[in-house]
Amino acid sequence: MSGFMGHEPDGRPGQPKTVKEWVFTLDHKVIGVWYLIGAIASFIVAGLAASAMRLELGSVGPDITDNGDIYNLWLTMHGAVMILGFQIPALLGFVANWAVPIMVGGKDMAFPRVNAMSVWLLWSGIIMALMNLVIPDSYNGMWTGYPPYSLTDAVGNTALYSFIVIILGMSSVFGAVNLACTVAFMRCKGMGWFQMPLTVWCVFTANVIQLIFVPVLAASVLLLSLDKYLGFGFYNPEVGGDVLLYQNLFWFYSHPAVYVILLPFMGIMFEIFAVSARNDVFNYKATVWSVIAFIPVSSDVWVHHAYVAGLPDWLRLLQTFTTLLISLPFGLLMLSLTGTLFRGTIRYTGPMYWAIGAFMMLIIGALTGIPNALSAIDYGISDSYVIMSHFHYVMAVSGGMAIFAGVFFWFPKLTGRLCSAAMTKLTAVGFFIGMNIVMGPLYFAGIEGMPRRYMDYAMFENNATIVDAQHWSTIGLYITFVSALLMIVTWLHGAIAGEKSSANPWGAESLEFTATAVIPGQGNFPTPVIVPEGWHPYNFIDNPKPQFEPHPGTSGHH
Amino acid sequence: MKFKSLMHKVIGSLALLPLIPSLAHAFQAAPAARADYNGWTPHEHWDEVWHETMVDITVIGVLFTLITFAFMIIYRRKGHGERGKLPKLSPQAKLGWVVLPCMLFLGDDLFLYVKGFDLHNHMRNVPTDAAEVKLTGSMWNWNYVDANGIDTDNELVVPVGKPVVLRMQSDDVLHSHYMNRYRLTEDLMPGRVTWEWFMPDQLGESVVTCREYCGTMHSGMYGTINVVTQEEYDAYVAEQTASIPTEATVASAAKF
Repeated sequence: MSGFMGHEPDGRPGQPKTVKEWVFTLDHKVIGVWYLIGAIASFIVAGLAASAMRLELGSVGPDITDNGDIYNLWLTMHGAVMILGFQIPALLGFVANWAVPIMVGGKDMAFPRVNAMSVWLLWSGIIMALMNLVIPDSYNGMWTGYPPYSLTDAVGNTALYSFIVIILGMSSVFGAVNLACTVAFMRCKGMGWFQMPLTVWCVFTANVIQLIFVPVLAASVLLLSLDKYLGFGFYNPEVGGDVLLYQNLFWFYSHPAVYVILLPFMGIMFEIFAVSARNDVFNYKATVWSVIAFIPVSSDVWVHHAYVAGLPDWLRLLQTFTTLLISLPFGLLMLSLTGTLFRGTIRYTGPMYWAIGAFMMLIIGALTGIPNALSAIDYGISDSYVIMSHFHYVMAVSGGMAIFAGVFFWFPKLTGRLCSAAMTKLTAVGFFIGMNIVMGPLYFAGIEGMPRRYMDYAMFENNATIVDAQHWSTIGLYITFVSALLMIVTWLHGAIAGEKSSANPWGAESLEFTATAVIPGQGNFPTPVIVPEGWHPYNFIDNPKPQFEPHPGTSGHH
Repeated sequence: MKFKSLMHKVIGSLALLPLIPSLAHAFQAAPAARADYNGWTPHEHWDEVWHETMVDITVIGVLFTLITFAFMIIYRRKGHGERGKLPKLSPQAKLGWVVLPCMLFLGDDLFLYVKGFDLHNHMRNVPTDAAEVKLTGSMWNWNYVDANGIDTDNELVVPVGKPVVLRMQSDDVLHSHYMNRYRLTEDLMPGRVTWEWFMPDQLGESVVTCREYCGTMHSGMYGTINVVTQEEYDAYVAEQTASIPTEATVASAAKF
């Protein structure tokens, strides 16, 4: 462990050394690392589940299993663990905890003890989710948990599902309060709201969305367990309930949750684009307001997940329009990202390779979302591979690449060492090509009618498009798998034997690079940091240097 | 000064230009939607709107990608100490770079919305002469009962050229009835009756699958829609109804 975080910059109390110190830490950076470890572990588990499904779908007929329950268990684990265990903890856990407090010049999160509680709630959630693989009545109702299926005995342990979602929801809400307070009250002297890096704005907005919507999700899954075990009838039409209530409640949270993931990973892209191009973010203030605009815009679009669920036609048409309106703030963000390259001076570092991959995939992912927004088009592609391919392009390919870009970007500040640049670029290209071969052909299989969540497609065995797409997709899996494996090897090699890094290897202007040691010590800054008038995280031309308050111990002696 | 502010207003209002083609299209297309579609089937209509949407997003995507690629090549770092030279935007330019792109996006949104609105009306207005079929979904079976009382599992036989409306309900969990050829999906659930209609315009079989996760054999829940000529259909009805037990035989069977 000493190679990992053993430096003691500035002679200040250093990083934890014993297991006890690691577990009972209140330091936001160590907690951030715990989030990251949990996220990567979840990524590995959910990735293995995805690989198993992909192998099963490689050809018509049973390939590695003919048991529908086992396949459905993989499917449930893949979706739930990727979203709740990997993406949200990586972004609202690792990025929010590790990066945000330093970026705003704070010495820690606002409530360090609450912070520690959040991370251990997450870990209990992850451990309980893994238990689902070994308990006799494994839950197989997908991460959506739609009733009435989730109220039957066939689904397995609904209580476990409800409990995990509520535990993770609590972790999110505590984390969100903490992060919002940190951004609002822990900013260093001189830093105004419009001097914050875009990552901070994105994470802050994502957490506001969490605070508004998570309670609805918690309520909806709590009612599931009340229905199933105590005989309440919220979702049971036989006693006057309504199965559609759940879908409305669930997507009222779970669509905004998409932006909880999207905004922070776009924030990482902004950071890396600006630093690599050494350029101001295009139209910074408008970009900030576009990020904030996601709060109201995302709150009124959930019906597009239920266009075919028998809701009234006027509601479908209304929310078709509100869904299309998402293109306004989102389009402005994409414009800002491209504009950040305009007249820049781009250095193609390893993280930049990952960020460009994320950006390219976001173009495809976002544009393939537009047809899905039209209720009438959705009648033809609802719950098909078209939808699956679209949201994997956004969340898995773009989101995944942006998260890994962030890990590579902040890696020198975590370990004091650099990952091999060549390996970083090679794995980025491999992941990019592999994921495109996995997800690209499936879009066309979806147009031909291939439904989601099918373990076999015997009914389409004469459809060459679908059979070939499944075949190619499985070939793409091998490339992706090897790239992801090499990426993890690159991290491990970098952490143990990588080249020693300087404090600011990428030439950034934000505080975590300019005002801290190679590995920030406890309290992040030697003494409280002050940003001078006119300082801006994206001013690469004549930015005034951050200042430090004099050390309280030294003033009396000199 | 006055001239300058006037010019700003003129230039600003130019931003509204992209709205004009969309609105014009809206006014032109909407009344047509309410008239007869002249034999244009909903799924042909769907294919056309899908195609137009695909062209729309492909053009945007290719343009955007080309611009980004151009930037990535032109603005690569050549010297070590170089700094980016993004021009400082004037307040008007900052606003313009919000309003103008938003108007463009909104224009495209409205353009697509109108197409989708028209198609929605087409797909959701049932012709008055539609034959009604009752569909019950259960784990893991599609049960069709048509107007003649013919009760079949996982296969529906319909005559060509006659619209069909399905009244759907589920016995247990959610299912979703998707007809591949007719580009149509609608959920089945307990406690609510949902419906969808389609126009069988071509002879032959097409695939039906379930599109809402429904447990172990979700992937085994598929069937066919078989479209036959009117003569074949009449023969089919005669054959099937002959085997439907009459009330007398049912009553006598009940005694035992």
